[in-house]
Amino acid sequence: MINFQQVSKTYPGGHRALEKVNFHIKPGELAFLTGHSGAGKSTLLKLISLMERPSAGNVFINGVDLNKVNSRQIPYARRDIGIIFQNHRLLERHTVFDNVALPLIIEGTHHNQIAKRVHGALDKVGLIDKVKCHPSMLSGGEQQRVGIARAIVNSPPILLADEPTGNLDPELSMEILRLFEDFNKHGTTVLIATHDLGLVARMRYRSLTLKDGRMLQDPLAQEVL
Amino acid sequence: MSLLFKGRQNKNEKQKKSILAGGYFFIINIFRQGIHSLGEMWRTPLASMMTIAVLGLSLTLPATLYLVVKNVQQVSSGFEEASEISLFVKETMSEQQTQTLVKRLALYPEVESVAFISKQQALTEFKSVSGFGQALEYLDSNPLPDVVLVTPTKRDRQPNAARALLTKLEAEREVDFGKLDIAWLERLNALLSLLKESVITITLLLLTSVTLIIGNTIRLSIMDKKEEIQVMKLVGATNTFIHAPFLWTGIWYGVIGGLFAFISVALMMWWLSSAVSSVAGVYQTSFSLIGLTLKEFGLLVLLATSLGFIGSYLSVNRYIKEIEPDKV
Repeated sequence: MINFQQVSKTYPGGHRALEKVNFHIKPGELAFLTGHSGAGKSTLLKLISLMERPSAGNVFINGVDLNKVNSRQIPYARRDIGIIFQNHRLLERHTVFDNVALPLIIEGTHHNQIAKRVHGALDKVGLIDKVKCHPSMLSGGEQQRVGIARAIVNSPPILLADEPTGNLDPELSMEILRLFEDFNKHGTTVLIATHDLGLVARMRYRSLTLKDGRMLQDPLAQEVL
Repeated sequence: MSLLFKGRQNKNEKQKKSILAGGYFFIINIFRQGIHSLGEMWRTPLASMMTIAVLGLSLTLPATLYLVVKNVQQVSSGFEEASEISLFVKETMSEQQTQTLVKRLALYPEVESVAFISKQQALTEFKSVSGFGQALEYLDSNPLPDVVLVTPTKRDRQPNAARALLTKLEAEREVDFGKLDIAWLERLNALLSLLKESVITITLLLLTSVTLIIGNTIRLSIMDKKEEIQVMKLVGATNTFIHAPFLWTGIWYGVIGGLFAFISVALMMWWLSSAVSSVAGVYQTSFSLIGLTLKEFGLLVLLATSLGFIGSYLSVNRYIKEIEPDKV
């Protein structure tokens, strides 16, 4: 599903964020991406979500080489990937409904379908009663769940999460991770970047560890090569 | 449309039965965005109204100047209608010779009409108009000459053409001399031409400023929504989708600014009409101001809308491209 082959990324100015990274995430897999700040987790997610291009190597998603996706095709590629951010990145001026509906509106979904699917997504994250609220009226955990609902509303095959539990207490963090687990059980491939190793240990899923831009542990790395 | 997962069809895509249905949805979506952007403007009424007022007033000035030119042209066209060449016939000419002259002049291609005023008619008219009726009775003979009034064709009323015609007419052997009061016409035409040029220059400057004002307003709006634009790009919005609301905002500014300008001009015309009538009354003439016609109103709004679109397009094209979702 997600396949990195000898991927390196050097930013202008010479900072080397990733160095010959190889890994493969299978369809329907849930994996963690761990490492300290500056290890390259965000860069790796940016490469998958086409916010950055690799300096060397290839990133494949479902067999499609992202190097061959041109700038006009990027928006369409991103519709296949749900992204969840640590700081939620919700539209403050819009209601919860509008925030969650955004990917569907962008895809051109019929408004009857939008209402149905937004309610479905909010129901999954337990926020059906907050439809008309604005993000500022919600707690941190609730805002994160709105972000998750937005990411899953158009049923993307891949879900990326960057420090989704970064600002939450342990109880809420587990709640959020259980949501990811639930989506994964329904076939979604999930990659979660986090520095909370305790949380990763409790979940018992595959863990990819980055250190200074290099992949440290990945038992399946050889498969890629 | 799914790029990475070709087989993936969401429920929405399954609903799309034909290209026609897709096109219909595309158009509906564009209009929906238009209504949405109008709602966005409504949410910030003060800022929107101020921008619209600036645009409206900027458009009011060229529209008013255009009406000034139009009204002055209306007045001057009345003067031009009256422009005539007076030919004073030599005293030695008989009435038959004068009539022959009149017939000959009527055949000139530059001449629209010819009227003959005999010396007797001229004296009678002078007696009744001048108030010296009785005094004129004491004259031994009629001192006035026969006069032929020549009205040039429309094309030959312009100063140069009229002057050329005068020279041609003065060459007729029956004509003593001719008279064409052309200096005032030249001055009027020069003033009108200056006015037109000034109006064009001012209009161009103001239209440029309107475009820049709209462009800058949209730029500020883009900067204000930078975060939203980043999020939209992250969840798969195309440039067309992101550009549309801003383009619509520019169009709305243009439409409403154009209407504002039209209403301002109409109110100004209404306010001035009674004063103009009073002035015309003093000069014993009737004159009423001409306002904007329906066609001109349409053109004003269309122009304002086009400027709104151009201003917003320039900003959108320049600034949205620069906003990229750089941080996950």
